[in-house]
This record gives sequence, C-alpha cells and structure tokens, in this order.
Amino acid sequence: MNMPAEPEAPEKQEEQHPVSRRDFLNEIAGGALTIAGLGAAVVTVKYASPNVLFEPPTTFRAGSPDDYPVNSVTYLQDQQVYVVRTDKGMWAMSAVCTHLGCITQWKPDSSQIACPCHGSKFQRTGGVEAGPAPRPLPHFSLVLGEDGALVVDKLEVVKETEILKV
Amino acid sequence: MATTDWTHQRLEQLRQTRVWRSIFRRGPARTNRTRSLAVFGNFALHTLPVKVREKSLSVRATYYLGSISFFLFVVLTITGVLLMFYYHPAVPDAYRDMKDLIYVVSNGVFLRNLHRLAAHAMVVAVFWHMFHVFYRGGYKPPHEFNWVIGVGLLMVTLFLSYTGYLLPWDQLAFWAITVGTNIISYVPVLGRPIRFLLLGGHIIGQNALLRFYVLHCVILPLAAVGLIGMHFWRIQKDGGITVRDDHE
Repeated sequence: MNMPAEPEAPEKQEEQHPVSRRDFLNEIAGGALTIAGLGAAVVTVKYASPNVLFEPPTTFRAGSPDDYPVNSVTYLQDQQVYVVRTDKGMWAMSAVCTHLGCITQWKPDSSQIACPCHGSKFQRTGGVEAGPAPRPLPHFSLVLGEDGALVVDKLEVVKETEILKV
Repeated sequence: MATTDWTHQRLEQLRQTRVWRSIFRRGPARTNRTRSLAVFGNFALHTLPVKVREKSLSVRATYYLGSISFFLFVVLTITGVLLMFYYHPAVPDAYRDMKDLIYVVSNGVFLRNLHRLAAHAMVVAVFWHMFHVFYRGGYKPPHEFNWVIGVGLLMVTLFLSYTGYLLPWDQLAFWAITVGTNIISYVPVLGRPIRFLLLGGHIIGQNALLRFYVLHCVILPLAAVGLIGMHFWRIQKDGGITVRDDHE
C-alpha cells in the first residue's frame, strides 16, 4: 500500500518550496541586472551634467549711476541686461524674452521693449504689453558697491518694486 | 554575340574559382529555390523578402517613398562623412569651416548643399511616406509594430534635422536652437534638466555645439540604422506591404 504514495513524494516537496531553484536564481539575476542598468543610467546622466561651466559670470559691475541719464534704458550687450533709470530710481532687468529666449530691443520711439522673434512687447518696467510672452521681464538685484559702482546679480531675481534710489 | 559568349565563359570560370565559392557558397540562382537561397545567404539582402506580389511593386502602391527616404539617408551618410573631414565642432572654428567649405574647399559647396538639400528632402519624404502609409491603412494588423518603428524613425529624422541645424554656428543656427531648447524647458518638471543635459550648460556655447555634433554624427545615425534594419525586416515578417485591391 506504500507504492502509490512514493510518486507523490516529489510533488509534496514542490509544495513545500513554491519557488523553484531555477525561478529563484532567475529572479536574483534579473533583479541584479535591473539594478545595474538603473545604476548605469543614473551614472551616465550624472556624467553628462557638467560640474564646471565656462560661462559668463552672473555677477558683474555696471559702472557708476552717473553713466545712466535720467529717463534712459541702456542695454548691456555682454550681459544681456537693461539698466533703466527714471526720476524714481534705477533697476536692472533681463533683456531675454520670457517666451522663447530671444534678445529683446529697446524702442525709444514707442517707449517699448520689443522681441524680434515672435512680437512680444514689454513696458519699461518689464510688464508684458502684447504678444506671447507669458511672464514679465525679471528684475535683477542692483546694489551700489562701497566704491560707488553698480553691481548686478543675475541669479538674484527681485520684485519690480525694489528700486535703487540714487 | 562572340563577345557575350566570351564574357559568359569568363564569368562561369570565375564562379568555379575557390575564392568565389568561398564568398558565394550557393550555385547560380536559376530556380526559385536557389534564388531564395541566394537572398537568405546574403547579408545585405537577408532582411528583404524573397518574394513580393507584383502589385506591391507598382508605382501607385508606395510611390517608392520608403525607398526614397532610405536612398536619401545613404546620400546624407556619405556626404556627411565627407563633410566631417573639414569640420571642427568648436567655437569659432565651426563657422569658419562652414565658410571654407563654401568658398575654399574643392567641391565643398556641392557636398554641403547636397547634404543640406537631401536633409530637407528626407524630412519631406519621410512625412509623405507616413501620410501615404496612413491613408493606405498600412498601420493596421499585422503592421502595427512596424508603424511604431516608423514613428520612431520619423522622430530620429526630425532630431537629426534639428541637431544638424546648429552645426553651421551662424545666427540662424544660434537663434533657432535658442528657441528650440527653450521650447523643451516648457516641459513640466523635467524640461529644465533636459535642456541643461542637452546643452551641457545654461547657454548655447562650446558644450552645446559638441553635444549636438556627437548626437548628429554618431548617436542618432546609429539609432536610425538600427531602426531601419528592423523596419525592413518587419515588412517581410508581416507578409509584405498593404496592397489595395482597386489598384492594379
């Protein structure tokens, strides 16, 4: 009567181990390959992000306030920044269009800043007057250094209301 | 007649040589079976079908748009490799090299314009091919996967066109890539990191030029070759192209 029991024995063993050795090793190998692949992808993206950039400095000196007459908009080409002076004071403002990054131009005839690429128009204060630009031109931090020279920091965006009194 | 006999005899002798038989191991392709074997056994031909329906060879079935796209890709590869002999992907050499190709290098302007015009033509041909396949219902089963590969090839064609646009390093290139990469930065969350990776910085400078050059000359062409191989092979495996009954 023991005879029928014997063939059942291997099946019982399999029930005790629901995961076979082959499946277990396959999953380990698959998991290891996935981790290695993800690691390689992360390392490659890290490698492709440069740590040192040779780009123009973001903080620069912009001469003395006397260089800018009252009621003027001056474009600093190397920095792509406007320095605006009115009777209320001065501010520095990006000349890069907030739509798709073209360089805007000050139009004294219409007292507007205009973008040649897609026709956006901005006020002297940076506000959008017309065109596809989604945001006003950002204002940058403008301070008077100890030696009396203006210093602009393009990484520090300030509110439109922050005006340097001179 | 005498000369053709003589040529045939020489050809036959050539076919009997040990060198020829080491390259082409099968005999002359005179029956359907040996013709099929000739295609199976040839590396260049083995992704192509052994037999096609006569209808699918008619002009109106395809206007040969896929073949034209592939032919233009071959032209672009050859002219592009030749242009690489004179072009340095560096600032400001890139612009000067482009001008040298136009004014100084023998036949440089011919190669450059051939490359440029073939690139424009390839974009047109690939789009036209896609529209034609779409209106023919060529995306329907069993061709769904080959349609997806085709969309991948359209993307690769457009990226090749886009990356090549920066390489002359003139005003048009610079501002087109300024606008293009700023469009990328509108993608939510990932937009700015992708732009930074693509340009290798915040501005379009030396890093961006070199990255676009490597993408244009190595990465994207390799992707295109791989996808083209799969695309051709799938036509055969899916039982040939879609032929409409009303077109004879």
